Amino acid sequence: MSASANNAELDRTACAVADAAHAAQASATAGDVVCAANIAENPYKRDFPLLANHPDLVFLDSAATAQRPAAVLDAQRRFYEEMNANALRGLYRLSVEATEAIEIARQRVAKFIGAPDAHDIVLTRNASESLNIVAKAFAPTVLEPGDEVCITIMEHHSNLIPWQQACRAAGAKLVYLYPDENGVITPEEMDAKIGPKTKIVSVVHVSNVLGVKNPVEELGRRVHEQGGYLVVDGAQSTPHIHVDVQAIGADFFAFSAHKLFGPFGMGVLWGRDELLNAMPPFLTGGEMIDSVTEQDATWAPVPEKFEAGTQDAAGIYATAAAIAYVESVGLDVIAAREQALVRYCMDEMAKLPYVTIIGSPDPDMHHGVISFNVDGIHPHDVASILDMDQVAIRAGHHCAQPLLTWLGVENLACCRASLAFYNDKKDVDALIEGLGNVWRTFNG
Amino acid sequence: MANIYTAALMEHNAHPDYKYDMEGATDEHEGVNPSCGDEMVLKLRIEDGVIEEAAFTGHGCAVSQASADMMADLVTGETVEEARRLCGLFMKMVKGETLTDEEKEDLDEAAQLESISHMPARVKCAELGWRTLSEIIGE
Repeated sequence: MSASANNAELDRTACAVADAAHAAQASATAGDVVCAANIAENPYKRDFPLLANHPDLVFLDSAATAQRPAAVLDAQRRFYEEMNANALRGLYRLSVEATEAIEIARQRVAKFIGAPDAHDIVLTRNASESLNIVAKAFAPTVLEPGDEVCITIMEHHSNLIPWQQACRAAGAKLVYLYPDENGVITPEEMDAKIGPKTKIVSVVHVSNVLGVKNPVEELGRRVHEQGGYLVVDGAQSTPHIHVDVQAIGADFFAFSAHKLFGPFGMGVLWGRDELLNAMPPFLTGGEMIDSVTEQDATWAPVPEKFEAGTQDAAGIYATAAAIAYVESVGLDVIAAREQALVRYCMDEMAKLPYVTIIGSPDPDMHHGVISFNVDGIHPHDVASILDMDQVAIRAGHHCAQPLLTWLGVENLACCRASLAFYNDKKDVDALIEGLGNVWRTFNG
Repeated sequence: MANIYTAALMEHNAHPDYKYDMEGATDEHEGVNPSCGDEMVLKLRIEDGVIEEAAFTGHGCAVSQASADMMADLVTGETVEEARRLCGLFMKMVKGETLTDEEKEDLDEAAQLESISHMPARVKCAELGWRTLSEIIGE
């Protein structure tokens, strides 16, 4: 056996080992990372029943919602089959087990984002609800007329409209950070926008349109110097990069499970303990009280104070399974593979003179997201024609209308292919071939 | 799935005969697809109950542009009453209701958009011109 054949054999073995280790939380080794970057191979697709059931589907819309591995679907089912009871208040064994399942999941979520205490993990329905808790319950306690809230022009509407509302209610001003031509928020821009009036900086960690990772650590340092607070929308970062809320210096961090290979309808808000404790509740009702009289009520401690009503315990349990799956694959492996896929995709797109990529020309700055337009062809037509080849991409304003307006993109819309580690070279090839069909449909 | 990007659709998109800013219009209306960003201003010159001239301006996807051009082509020279009937037929068709062969013939090239009913995300694109027309002449 030649040396190169031997290496290939070792790589295949490494793939098999990494795959077998899915249940075991193996941390990524250098070998796994090398194996992951081999985008011609795909040891991951078979973990995802939808992808296995649709072998011809080229799913490039994971930034909208990811596919779920069997481990997550099994967990959801296992909860209903083995643990189902209403959590928290039950005094019988099954209810206690359901409660324990939630608390174990909460600890897993805390560990995943580097939160020091699982009690500061508030379980919500989605990232939008998490951000609304901050904008509607926390912001009014700190914002005064004339104060400023600073966000970026690349916010998803879910981290934009709540701040429009909060500023309007408080008589505060909403200030925007604009990126340079590569999508980067520069120190000069921070100098110009973050000052003594800045009370809150709320930013998207990774943009769902540009794919760029914002300098959240630096933004946090600057707003803290002004005595303000940093809120981070991690909906697009958690599936792609290691997150450590303490290293970031965040005061609040929001994300959702469904982009992280977990179930729909599950969101997370982490907040600094003293802030969550001092805040009033957002939603009120069952399970969030300490005691209730005819005219008054006192609140349960954090996190229950923010978790009114019956929780989706099965969803929470399945969220923990999603995190376990991600950790078993390894975020290093995921990042290496996605970078290799994005690099290949952008290299191939560069060969198509009619395709314009939006954002940085550097693949490493895209975190799985490639937004683009095809000359003279409306993004909805591009998506419909790609769909005929079973290539699923997103087209439209991507819930970021102010960004597309600011970019001056024609029709205020663009196409977006978003890649996950379960994609492979064949998926990218299908997209590139499909784009050729799009061009020929319109230009003969 | 039937390809809606037929030669006729591509031709109407690339060379829309009725896409221009009309002078002397008697009626006009702006149509928008908020989710797509499509915008259109439809102008009509109606004399003695007959649509003598129809033209539109604006921007949007190929489906919205071609469909509007087919619509303008179809209703030019028709009575308002007949245009209303044709508009109703088109709306029925893109919502997935079956038309008779005669009705399809009445819609001429626009009948080629029948399969758009299987693409719910694109129905609004195909409808834009027709919906704007019905907002001027009524249903």
